[in-house]
Amino acid sequence: MKPLTLLEHVGCLKTQMGACFVGSRAVFRGHDLHAELKDMEWVELFVFGITGRRFSAAQLRMMQALWTYTSYPDARIWNNRVAALAGTARSTGNLGIAAALAISEATIYGRGIDIRAIEFFIRAKKQVEDGGNLTEIVASELKQKRSIAGYGRPIAAADERIKPIMALARSLGLADGDYVRLAFSIEEILSAGRWRQSMNCGGLAAALAADFGLSPQEYYLFSFPAFLAGMPPCYIEAQQKEEGSLFPLTCAHIRYEGVAKRRWKTAED
Amino acid sequence: MSEPVIQTRIWQEEAEPDNPFAARAAFCRGYDVYGELLGQIRWVEMLALLFRDEALTKAEADLLEALAVALANPGPRDPAVHAAMCGGVGGSTSAASLIAALAVGAGQYGGGREVFLVMQAWEACGTNLDAWRQWLTAPTTDEVSIWPAPQHKPGFDPHGASTATPVKQALACFVSLNSSARLVWLEQHRAEMEEICGLPLALSFVAAAALADLGFSAEQGEMLHLLLRLPGAAAHALEQRQLGHKKFPFFAIELQHDNAREQA
Repeated sequence: MKPLTLLEHVGCLKTQMGACFVGSRAVFRGHDLHAELKDMEWVELFVFGITGRRFSAAQLRMMQALWTYTSYPDARIWNNRVAALAGTARSTGNLGIAAALAISEATIYGRGIDIRAIEFFIRAKKQVEDGGNLTEIVASELKQKRSIAGYGRPIAAADERIKPIMALARSLGLADGDYVRLAFSIEEILSAGRWRQSMNCGGLAAALAADFGLSPQEYYLFSFPAFLAGMPPCYIEAQQKEEGSLFPLTCAHIRYEGVAKRRWKTAED
Repeated sequence: MSEPVIQTRIWQEEAEPDNPFAARAAFCRGYDVYGELLGQIRWVEMLALLFRDEALTKAEADLLEALAVALANPGPRDPAVHAAMCGGVGGSTSAASLIAALAVGAGQYGGGREVFLVMQAWEACGTNLDAWRQWLTAPTTDEVSIWPAPQHKPGFDPHGASTATPVKQALACFVSLNSSARLVWLEQHRAEMEEICGLPLALSFVAAAALADLGFSAEQGEMLHLLLRLPGAAAHALEQRQLGHKKFPFFAIELQHDNAREQA
């Protein structure tokens, strides 16, 4: 069976990523955080931490805007609702918002879509470069997975974020990247066909990230704070209002559809 | 907008006459929870009833209870419990310690996702050794998802030298309590499975077999595995809070990329 390789790792962290030398300095991916990196914007440091690479000012501006444009302080939205419920239940803001971010890693929106969307774009572009036909690639993906991440939307047809994202991308000279053009070509195919789906913000954001050179995992980690700015307002308002007053439900709001009332019998041998 | 109702097959409530927000009676799958179940039903029977319509038999309840004991504390070396202790030692909230245990204990290395994947394999392979042989020797899928790419066959210990004694003890105990199909088959074929895989069986495989024999789906099994491992995380987190951070390992570090040192 396997050798005991874990013994090599006991007691000591060997790392390329960084260290805190308490009382003297902190190293972040090889660089002194308070000297070499001290002028970095937070988003720049965050993306540098994920990728180890530097990005242009225009790209960083766009990345930050992707988070700005997806932060809605609407406490009905499932992830935000968690932050707000923490407020109404008088839990801590940190717990509520951390849980809301964890909830944002969903299958039909958020991180689950993000990673699938960028992975498909990268794969589709390669297939097209290898001589594939985009319509056939899209049809095959739909046949296999029944949906294409980044197209269609669970609760609405159109996505109000596309217009402002594209306006900013154009002003920054980032609107004509290979992946953004591919994303719109896929939208044309999907809207013309029987599928009738348009691109959503998740699709466009993933295409921009792919144009910036992010890998699926890098983009997945980058997207983590995407909804964050909308969450504290939901927590704050719920916490300021009367406790328990957010989305109260009476007993009659439970619609029971299960087994009829019955008597319990203790299980015997 | 539609009426904001919550549809459920699990829970029904009747309101007190003077307050629509206070339940006079609550029914779990048809049974009166406070009026009848309380004091009569075992904790593990209630746990199962939340997930399925049929009450557990005595042998099933015994098995689930033994599983809950086996999973109750993975011990302080386990990454999930270690994470909970990181919460305790710094004085984080109790919920944060449990969230930490859940987040770390959710993974594919000994965690909930590993149990989920093994239960999916049980659904696909049943008690057919040839089907398991195929599953054990198939290359891992490279499908991109939020979960990292698997690095070992789920349910086996990638760092194991031989089958750990508690794994064998748990399997033997479970079989003695409930001679259900998968557990009995696993006890008979454990050595062959390990031979094919090249790794010893881990507790997650045995837990998945027990959960599948109890009729739980892969999703339900994942949830139960997450839940049942929390008690140890909670207790260890509180213990480290009491002991304080000076007694908790901080570990040495060897920084392999440091411009300041490389330029000096």
